[in-house]
Amino acid sequence: MTNARALTIVLFLIFVLITLGITIWASRQTRNATDFYAGGRSFSGFQNGMAIGGDYMSAASFLGIAGLIALYGYDGFLYSIGFLVAWLVALLLVAELLRNSGKYTMADVLAFRLSQRPVRTAAAVSTITVSIFYLLAQMVGAGALVSLLLGIKEGQTFLGMSPDTAKVATIIMVGALMIVYVVIGGMKGTTYVQIVKAFLLMCGAVLMTVLVLSAFKFNLSTLLGTAAEKSGKGVAFLEPGLRYGKEVPGNVTQTFYNKVDLFSLGIALVLGTAGLPHILIRFYTVPNAKAARKSVLWAIGLIGVFYLMTLALGFGAAALVGGKAIKAQDTAGNVAAPLLAQTLGKRYLGGSTGGAILLAVIAAVAFATILAVVAGLTLASSSSLSHDFYANVIKRGQTSERQEVVVARVAAFCIGAVAIVLAIFAQKLNVAFLVALAFAVAASGNLPAVLYSLFWKRFTTAGATAAIYGGLLSAVLLVFFSPVVSGSETAMFPKHDWHWFPLTNPGIISIPIGFLCGWLGTVLSRERADEEKYAELEVRSLTGAGAH
Amino acid sequence: MSTEIPVPPAPTAGKPAPAGVHPSAYLAVEQSPEFGKLRRALRSFVFPMTAAFFLWYALYVIMSAYARGFMGTKIVGNINVALVFGLLQFVSMFLIAWLYSRYASQKLDPLAGRLRKRVESGGKAL
Repeated sequence: MTNARALTIVLFLIFVLITLGITIWASRQTRNATDFYAGGRSFSGFQNGMAIGGDYMSAASFLGIAGLIALYGYDGFLYSIGFLVAWLVALLLVAELLRNSGKYTMADVLAFRLSQRPVRTAAAVSTITVSIFYLLAQMVGAGALVSLLLGIKEGQTFLGMSPDTAKVATIIMVGALMIVYVVIGGMKGTTYVQIVKAFLLMCGAVLMTVLVLSAFKFNLSTLLGTAAEKSGKGVAFLEPGLRYGKEVPGNVTQTFYNKVDLFSLGIALVLGTAGLPHILIRFYTVPNAKAARKSVLWAIGLIGVFYLMTLALGFGAAALVGGKAIKAQDTAGNVAAPLLAQTLGKRYLGGSTGGAILLAVIAAVAFATILAVVAGLTLASSSSLSHDFYANVIKRGQTSERQEVVVARVAAFCIGAVAIVLAIFAQKLNVAFLVALAFAVAASGNLPAVLYSLFWKRFTTAGATAAIYGGLLSAVLLVFFSPVVSGSETAMFPKHDWHWFPLTNPGIISIPIGFLCGWLGTVLSRERADEEKYAELEVRSLTGAGAH
Repeated sequence: MSTEIPVPPAPTAGKPAPAGVHPSAYLAVEQSPEFGKLRRALRSFVFPMTAAFFLWYALYVIMSAYARGFMGTKIVGNINVALVFGLLQFVSMFLIAWLYSRYASQKLDPLAGRLRKRVESGGKAL
């Protein structure tokens, strides 16, 4: 192992230990269910905004988008825009209303005026499904990152293992670490880690952006031009169309599918955020709705600035590292940003030591990013299993808070295990792309139910369960039968082909299905909506009366 | 009331209604003209704004798919329409967030605050 590599790994481990320390410290302050699920509702709008931003600036943004832009140019930018604009749905329609009407989770709001058990069960299923998709994206990112750090490459053995085995081992290791975080720390621990990590990530990104721009004398046009040239695709690199909406000469159907796929992706991105369970629970970690609004505003600011920087990072990587070098390490491009850090370090800090240091720092921050997000996701889904399903459905409310927390911790363990296994199969896929699938599932399964519940007087239990299961099933099934799972080289099972759904993102079909099912389920059921309960929900959600 | 199984207050969505507020008092508040004002104030902003930004975003996506030539037109050096259009989405995003924040604190918060006090004081003074 070279000195540079050893240095990288040591710095990296120090970082991980620090975040673990924070988690343990936070665990000392976790005394009850409100602490575990909602961090004691003690975070300010700014702190929570940082935490939400941190949650959002996950592997998908930092590693995935930079990678997509580095390999395919402009098309990666669509992800940035979609992921950001999605926050308007959360800000305008969801954040405050949700905070006022619930206690810990999205299901609290859905079950407010509907029948508890079926709705909470559906919500738990949906939360866990979305979280698993999102989780496996993060694990893939972590696997790619650690493989890069350790120097695991195709065609070489590592510590006597083949590269594939080594990559599997890294994924398992990440999973284990994550479980420790959640089981010990709960919401307080994960929130503090998010805040610290968000700060460091912003600093790292700012540093890299400044270095990239100064390499081109702060001339954006030159940066773009060099990137386009080095990519070998010329001016097309700066235009939409290299990755999405490809025109296939002579094949009108495939061209049409490609364009629809682009639109499907766009819809999934913009509607997914407000349906993500691990984002929704962060609206409950603040004292009131106004603070929830402030957190979203802060988050929008942070995330917006961050995505502008990924533009520079992605094109910078294309210009300074080159698509070929990136693909050699990871075909999906997930390592573009760290490789850029290494190149910038070599150039500005001095030789390969400089490269090693900057790589270590950026990789450590990226890794902490992933760990924190993974912890947040696992927390959201284990909370759902414990609070929504176990406490309310199985035990019908007859549990103590201590029991709930124990179940939450066990659930975290199991969900993590499932995600690890799936991540092993999904290694060849780009992280931003995988997250977009999670977004599609969230937008199809959760968003219709949440919106109908808040705004439609007539909405019934049948409508809610139909919306959730209908949206969820259609999204998951369409993904299963798409080229993502089988039938293409990067698929999860590349040697098989059972796909018939031509799009790589199901959004454009499954999201309308979710809304349709919610509507149909309501109008066809004989259950009549409870007027008094809806009045209570409306008054509480708009005024904040009786909020926890 | 609703068909739910009776559950003790703790895990359900709300703690027991503020003392003195009978559930039907919520109905009374909901039907009051003041609450109608609040509801209208909220919906008349968020619904049109959501539709507007959605259409603006959809335009961006559709043009990325079908109007490649136009999107590729260079403006300054290597900076083309596509990039500017994308950056405009960022700008409109920040603008809308700022507009909402102002609207909410000026128009919605005072109304909501008054109504909340009314509910929590036991639904009296209706």
